[in-house]
Amino acid sequence: MEIKVLGPGCAKCNKTEKLIQEMINETGADARVEKITDMMQIASFGVFATPSVIIDNQIKCSGKVPKKEDIKKWLAQ
Amino acid sequence: MKSETTNIENKTIKNRFVIMATLLSGAVALYLWWILYHFLPTLSAWATYSLLPIQQGSHLGASVEFFLYDTPKVMMLLFLVVFGVGIIRSFFTPEKTRAFLSGKSEFAGNVLAALLGIITPFCSCSAVPLFIGFVTAGVPLGVTFSFLIAAPMVNEIALGLLYGLLGWKVAAIYAGTGLFIAIFAGWIIGRLKLEGDIEDWVTQANGAAMSMDEEKLTFYDRVIYGWDAVKEIIGRVWVYVILGIAVGAGIHGFVPEGVMASIMGKDSWWSVPLSVLIGVPMYSNAAGIIPVVEALLGKGAALGTVLAFMMSVIALSLPEMVILRKVLKPKLIAVFIGVVASGILLVGYIFNMII
Repeated sequence: MEIKVLGPGCAKCNKTEKLIQEMINETGADARVEKITDMMQIASFGVFATPSVIIDNQIKCSGKVPKKEDIKKWLAQ
Repeated sequence: MKSETTNIENKTIKNRFVIMATLLSGAVALYLWWILYHFLPTLSAWATYSLLPIQQGSHLGASVEFFLYDTPKVMMLLFLVVFGVGIIRSFFTPEKTRAFLSGKSEFAGNVLAALLGIITPFCSCSAVPLFIGFVTAGVPLGVTFSFLIAAPMVNEIALGLLYGLLGWKVAAIYAGTGLFIAIFAGWIIGRLKLEGDIEDWVTQANGAAMSMDEEKLTFYDRVIYGWDAVKEIIGRVWVYVILGIAVGAGIHGFVPEGVMASIMGKDSWWSVPLSVLIGVPMYSNAAGIIPVVEALLGKGAALGTVLAFMMSVIALSLPEMVILRKVLKPKLIAVFIGVVASGILLVGYIFNMII
């Protein structure tokens, strides 16, 4: 599973990445997190707000730090 | 078949119960809030002069009482306003705002964009993706700017603080003039036809956004959304509020009456442009600057001058310009700063003249 966290490096973006990594470690899911900080690349995904989480080319969450339960649900899919 | 309908009925009954319970506990909480708010002046005077060994009428006493009264007062007001606006915001997303604004005619679009700037969830760190999203979807450049000016300037934190510290009139004046600047600055930028001064890669970016599943929020979800906003925003600004009030308290107790009148008073014509010049590169949020502003006003500074100072600190900041430089060419940035700063100057002079 390819997980992308989009964000220029604000506090919320870092928190999102950390939280997802934590959840991967906890659930043992087969997933890899990639952080995207480049504005041009972020724009190419067509999101409006950061942090955004993209899993397998689908926007899962935008403009907020996702909840732990939500991350678990995504990982289980 | 039959069990299915009872199931649905049970569900609606349960939902209604949740709504009733939430509303009821909300009303009780609001009542308790009001009682506490009502007794704050008494409590702070008692804490200053009975709990602490401070003489009534001393400079230190004036400062400490001011601090012990304003800090809880501002926090309580922020709590209420941020919670309320949080619930309203759960109905708006940048996606919806964009869909609403694309293809709107120029002037009406500017007005709508400025108004939506107040209630659409926005953080200056996502100004760039938002800008790209708007422009590539066909929202006119000037309308996009109206949104980008109003969103940081007229926000619930500024309005809550102004209402709490300076009364509803100043809060209303601030909201009105802030919107005025956002609408007209955006409109002027639109008239100037500067679309060529957007960085080229932006217009080439694909505007086709991937769709996100629209979340269906229940009433309870919205309350949670408001509560999350309270935790997030108060968690971020409380330090600034306390620092701002501490500085304000120092000014309140130790700076003599009327001393600000000569520097920031309305008789010195240069005070407005000077305030804007000092304010633009300064970066603080509303939470830190407004308690200081309150103290300055108390010492004879003119409202127009102070308003201009506050607006230039909140609306124009160096970090935001650095972020926006990624999507705007230098000329457009210069025009943006120039137009907004002129609007602020105008507001400052008008208020010094009529009040």
